[in-house]
Amino acid sequence: MTTASRFPEPYGQSGGGANLADILERVLDKGVVIAGDIKINLLDIELLTIKLRLVIASVDKAKEMGIDWWETDPALSSRARQNELAKENAELRERLERLQELAPGSVPTEEEAP
Amino acid sequence: MSALRYVYAVCRPLDAPLQAELTGIGGAPPALLHHHGLVAVVSTVPEADFDEQGLRARLEDLDWLSATARAHQGVIAALSTVTTPLPLRLATVFRDDSGIRAMIESREDDFRRALDRLEGRVEWGVKVFVESEPAEPAAAQAAKPASGRDYLRSRRRHSEAHEERWQQAESFARSLHERLSLHSEDFRMHPAQNSALSGASGQNVLNAAYLVPRSGCEEFVELVDRTKDETPGIRVELTGPWAAYSFSGEEA
Repeated sequence: MTTASRFPEPYGQSGGGANLADILERVLDKGVVIAGDIKINLLDIELLTIKLRLVIASVDKAKEMGIDWWETDPALSSRARQNELAKENAELRERLERLQELAPGSVPTEEEAP
Repeated sequence: MSALRYVYAVCRPLDAPLQAELTGIGGAPPALLHHHGLVAVVSTVPEADFDEQGLRARLEDLDWLSATARAHQGVIAALSTVTTPLPLRLATVFRDDSGIRAMIESREDDFRRALDRLEGRVEWGVKVFVESEPAEPAAAQAAKPASGRDYLRSRRRHSEAHEERWQQAESFARSLHERLSLHSEDFRMHPAQNSALSGASGQNVLNAAYLVPRSGCEEFVELVDRTKDETPGIRVELTGPWAAYSFSGEEA
């Protein structure tokens, strides 16, 4: 292995100062999806991700999050952003309801913040 | 047999052994399952935690989820020091090793393509926060508005200052992202983080992942470090290096 290809030193303290949200958004939401022998996994994990995102999306001042500004018109007004966020939130809720119908009983209720 | 096989990652055969003391989920040592020139990194987990019923209940337990996620990430991080792994999503489990071999056979082309694409690259996480509002000057708070008009005027001033702060944060985040994009091969935007989960102060306005060749990491880290004191009231956080989690799920 050459020096250039060595794994870089972690940034900051151990784990690079990563918090639980940093780890969860990677191990739950990213990575290769493979249907293992336990089929329910993917559904449950998708629900959990949605639940975590609903908590994120229900922050009182939606505008403060600026979600999606990088892929939208830079001149987008804050009101438009707020609408975007409300739309995303509504879509996530709709998806959660659909999943709830698919797997009754297995679905966490969104009121229980993790 | 009340145990399942948990797969952390797929990689190419290792040049160096894994750390002998490495432990995965539930403290079990990860093992290497070689098949068709690829390696699945696996450990044994209790069926009670990872079968359909068990997992459903466990995922609701944030302490369990947190320990499991950290153990998963621990194995991926250890692998990253000796190879470029392709991380699998949390809780990918099989009844036995023959199921894992069959999975490798059915996906081997995808795995090889993804491993080639990510070889020698790591992921850095960059977040931008707007620090909490500074307290209003005591004098302004103490002075009782003389009239309704004064009150409205002061309210408007406050809200204009607030708006300005957000615009400043957005343009900072946009310009930082542009600079970092030039020093990375690819990027992914993650949803803004919820402070209840991250424990971070301030509001998260940018949460991005950048794919950087190992040889370019020093420069990337320096670039982020230099921006840290650029603008008062705005905080930049760097995490990593991570295995290329955010870039492994899809073809670029």
